[in-house]
Amino acid sequence: MNFWEYLGNRHQQLLTDAYQHASAVFQCMVVATLLGVLIGILTYRSEWAGSLATTTTSTLLTIPALAMIGLLIPVVGLGVPPTVIALTLYGLLPIVRNCIVGLRGVDPSLVDAATGIGMSRVMRMVRVELPLAWPPILTGIRVSTQMLMGIAAIAAYASGPGLGNVIFRGLGSLGSKNALNQVLAGTLGIVVLALLFDAAYVLIGRLTISRGIRV
Amino acid sequence: MSETSTSRTASTSGATATSGATPTSGTTTGATIELENLTKRYPGHPSPAVDNVSMEIKAGEIVIFVGPSGCGKSTTLKMINRLIEPTGGRIRINGEDVTDMDPVKLRRKVGYAIQASGLFPHMTVAQNIALVPRMIGWPKARIRNRVEEMLDLVGLDPGEFHGRYPRQLSGGQQQRVGVARALAADPPVLLMDEPFGAVDPITRDHLQDELIRLQHELHKTIVFVTHDFDEAIKLGDRIAVLREHSHIAQFDTPEAILTNPADDFVSGFVGAGAALKRLNLTRVRDVEITDYPTVTVDDPLQEIFNKLRSSNTNEILLLDKRGRPYKWLRRGDLMRAKGSLARAGTLVSDTVTRDATLRDALEAVLMDSSGRVAVTGRRGEYTGVVDVETLMNSVHELLEADRLEAMAHRHDLEELRAAQTHAEQEGVGGIVEGGVGGVKKA
Repeated sequence: MNFWEYLGNRHQQLLTDAYQHASAVFQCMVVATLLGVLIGILTYRSEWAGSLATTTTSTLLTIPALAMIGLLIPVVGLGVPPTVIALTLYGLLPIVRNCIVGLRGVDPSLVDAATGIGMSRVMRMVRVELPLAWPPILTGIRVSTQMLMGIAAIAAYASGPGLGNVIFRGLGSLGSKNALNQVLAGTLGIVVLALLFDAAYVLIGRLTISRGIRV
Repeated sequence: MSETSTSRTASTSGATATSGATPTSGTTTGATIELENLTKRYPGHPSPAVDNVSMEIKAGEIVIFVGPSGCGKSTTLKMINRLIEPTGGRIRINGEDVTDMDPVKLRRKVGYAIQASGLFPHMTVAQNIALVPRMIGWPKARIRNRVEEMLDLVGLDPGEFHGRYPRQLSGGQQQRVGVARALAADPPVLLMDEPFGAVDPITRDHLQDELIRLQHELHKTIVFVTHDFDEAIKLGDRIAVLREHSHIAQFDTPEAILTNPADDFVSGFVGAGAALKRLNLTRVRDVEITDYPTVTVDDPLQEIFNKLRSSNTNEILLLDKRGRPYKWLRRGDLMRAKGSLARAGTLVSDTVTRDATLRDALEAVLMDSSGRVAVTGRRGEYTGVVDVETLMNSVHELLEADRLEAMAHRHDLEELRAAQTHAEQEGVGGIVEGGVGGVKKA
């Protein structure tokens, strides 16, 4: 059976896996974005809190994905929970870092102007600082998503959802006639998904970044 | 301010008085600002950044804080809308103590314009201007009208600029929008922190003229910070020259500071050419304009001859069909003219309007080979001539009047200070503030 015949035969199941893969990454990204921006907002003003946030999140990132998921299994069990926790933690770093950099990069005279014309702190954050820091934050989200696409494949190790299952099945039966096809289909599927997400981010950027600050 | 202040100051305060009674087109006019022993100390610094500043700013006047960088002038300004919280002293706006009120509410009632406009780059011009009206909850239709009105006021076409983003504007246009935003909710007080510091000299000159025009319409109380003394002279009804820790070295009209600087610090700051700068404060319409024999291009040649012969001047001014100065004709020119005026005489190269400053007039006179310049009215029509002698006489009279006024003023100040020391020695205590329009010498 060549690759195309394999795809034809198994497309139903591959599509289900791809959908679950995308949905897991998407949901974890939403949580990571909310959490990351919140951490960014809470820490950007203070030098040490900002450094603490970036160091912590980057330390998290250095833990091998397999080890992280493996360590989570005894604590939260198999399946979806370790996947979601691991992905969310890995997704945090680029968002937190870009959020802090973005908010710190807002021209202080604009913050001064916002306060000077009578904006409250919350209003200043929502109307001025976040919109101006949004382009770097969105870049962080994009980088995170790309990264999570790959890491999500490893979730199959903890019998999580996604295209990782196909890859692991292939790797587990190397030498059998469909092994290579499975690994190939899983990998290509992840690449295609990553490209689709990236395209979506370009669109989101066009829609949400004000024309006044678009590069 | 003494009674014998110059026409400019008098006209401004006069206008304020009238419009205070009947506000024009529903706008709020200025409010008084009183600073009382205002102090700012930063933790870890032995000396205060702003030390015990007291002054009274009258409704509808432009007061300029001028001083070297780091003297605390900006800090003092920012304490008025409490962007920087004072560590001591009181601030009163229109008699109301605002030192402890909610700063967010206070700032919505005080316009604020800063260097490089401070416009938010992600919002359109209209959104920027609408910010404060939206915050204080104006209805949508009113905000829309107000945005148009403000753009019109600062001289930008609403249709064209409404939807633009700040980066699509020139520096000068951005600054205009910045002023429009500061004035959008019609605050009685406008604080301006070196607003024209980042634009080129020509645009800055233009913006200054615009601000003077605006103020003629609006009569806001404006506190303006700059390090440029010439800007201070041009815009200020009164100027506070500040030294370190925001100590007031002198607080007086531009005329008084130029002719009678309080001490070496002030005269050093005024810089060279005080007399020349003084010329900037008086307009051509305030000095004597002499009449000159004129003829028009339509007059027959013979009449021009006769007129020139009968006049006691060597020259006659030829006006064009619309009454604008066209050529200077000398006796000799006419001899050579031989029936046609086309080639005779010298073209009028420079004229000044009645609104031009004496400095402009002096410049034009100096550039002219015969030492005179034609003065024109609103549409460029001839109204008279200024020459070197009249200019000199006027300037001498002006300076003399200034000197007398300054001496009287200094006399008042000394009396006040004597009374103050007396009071202190008596132990009655307290500082006599605002005795002479809030003048307090550091």
